[in-house]
Amino acid sequence: MIDKLSEAFAFQQQALSLRHERQQVLASNIANADTPNYKARDIDFSAELSRAMRTGAGAGGNLELATTSSGHLSGGSGASNKVEELLYRVPQQSSLDGNTVEMESERARFADNSLRYQTSLTFMNSTITGLKTAMRPE
Amino acid sequence: MSMLSIFDISGSAMAAQSQRMNVTASNLANADTVAGPQEQPYRARQVMFESMARQPDEIGGVRVSQVVEDPSPLRREYNPQHPMADDQGYVAMPNVEPVQEMVNMISASRSYQANVEVMNTSKQLLLETLTLGDG
Repeated sequence: MIDKLSEAFAFQQQALSLRHERQQVLASNIANADTPNYKARDIDFSAELSRAMRTGAGAGGNLELATTSSGHLSGGSGASNKVEELLYRVPQQSSLDGNTVEMESERARFADNSLRYQTSLTFMNSTITGLKTAMRPE
Repeated sequence: MSMLSIFDISGSAMAAQSQRMNVTASNLANADTVAGPQEQPYRARQVMFESMARQPDEIGGVRVSQVVEDPSPLRREYNPQHPMADDQGYVAMPNVEPVQEMVNMISASRSYQANVEVMNTSKQLLLETLTLGDG
């Protein structure tokens, strides 16, 4: 039962946590917009999401069970929400100080990512509402 | 990485940009200061930004690594009546370029605004995340 519940949330949970990760990467790009030689970073969202789903990071996220005896089970998840690959952005126009942050595109991506984060939240909320409705006795 | 580190990132950028703005203000205020520290005319200063990320696969905020003085030559103004004038009647004036400082100021304030926006958006998203499942 609980397993089914966490399964219902697994996908949106992964998506949400990756969106959050990407939000941080984009925030760091915007923060370093004036840092000489800073290279803008980003993640390949769909690749990261399919990797997260493949490695079966369940509801446990990056929590692992402590094993204090050889007889204990490992808990098996081993999957973390950590982003596997931070890629470098190819700039459209290079600048003299070696910085590859393009403010307009970073802000557009940031807004886009925020909206998608909100979308995931909405999906998750409606899943919760649906499950709640199903569980109500009347 | 913690849930709130996005605030550290944007916060560090806001601090760095406001320091840049302070340095610009100091430069503009001292654009005509003939006698600065050690009886020398004031020299324009610039902040140096540095990313806080240590490893290549890390992200991080920004900090001011140092404040450097502009080494370009001082402006010389012919004014024989001035008490600080040299033998030829020239007074050494600061090497502050007001136009450059204004551009720097606008750039700093725009970057500051962008980071405030990032912070606001993230705050709103996290608040909504906190109320997940209430509806």
